[in-house]
Amino acid sequence: MKITFSDDILTAFVEGEIDHHTAPEIREEIDKRIMSDKPSILRLDYSGVTFMDSSGIGLIMGRYKLVSSYSGKLEVINVPHNMAKVIKLSGIEKLGKVMIKGE
Amino acid sequence: MKAINTMKMEIESRSVNESFSRVAVASFIAQLDPTIEELGDIKTAVSEAVTNSIVHGYKEGKGKIYITVSIFENAKVRIRIRDKGCGIENIKQAMEPLFTTMGGERAGLGFAVMESFMDKVKVRSVVGKGTQVTLEKKINGRFLNDGN
Repeated sequence: MKITFSDDILTAFVEGEIDHHTAPEIREEIDKRIMSDKPSILRLDYSGVTFMDSSGIGLIMGRYKLVSSYSGKLEVINVPHNMAKVIKLSGIEKLGKVMIKGE
Repeated sequence: MKAINTMKMEIESRSVNESFSRVAVASFIAQLDPTIEELGDIKTAVSEAVTNSIVHGYKEGKGKIYITVSIFENAKVRIRIRDKGCGIENIKQAMEPLFTTMGGERAGLGFAVMESFMDKVKVRSVVGKGTQVTLEKKINGRFLNDGN
């Protein structure tokens, strides 16, 4: 997973399928960078996500809690259309900025 | 009602099988010529049910998960996901959105996703014996949706 850090924004380009099996590895990689960089904005770019169930929501909620613990902000961008349904259902749009691609 | 076509599979409760099980179910349903969105809905709902069996039913321990997919007249699909795990004490509470016994990384949305993506969700559970989730959905398919 590509992770970039510039202008105090940490961007993680999440790729592939997010489920209960794959989420822990993605989480660990992102959290390591959050802890070392303490970005004011964490940006999760979901453009490379091909499938997600509610584990993809858990991933967002968990990272939200982590960055909130030091007053950081969370953005989720480029959510593919067919994954947007799960995001909408969860109501996490209230947490930070969630952008849904093509809408 | 008698099924036109049926598929049964048995998998071990390993998280690596989550991906396999939802893809296998989707492949079987492909004969109804579903839309990408319908397939996505079914894959997501199956993923939630199988994950529940792994995480809650067997509590990350070992066990078997039994999946039966039946296709009926009028392109109605029924998917049964059954485990012989610990069972659910309070089904009503377990199905409430955002309720989770696992904390932190689990969103507590499993049943909410199943209910929103499928037409019907039924849960039967006996503590100490196991849980059976039945998911139903009518597939309108590409032809109907395209208006062809």
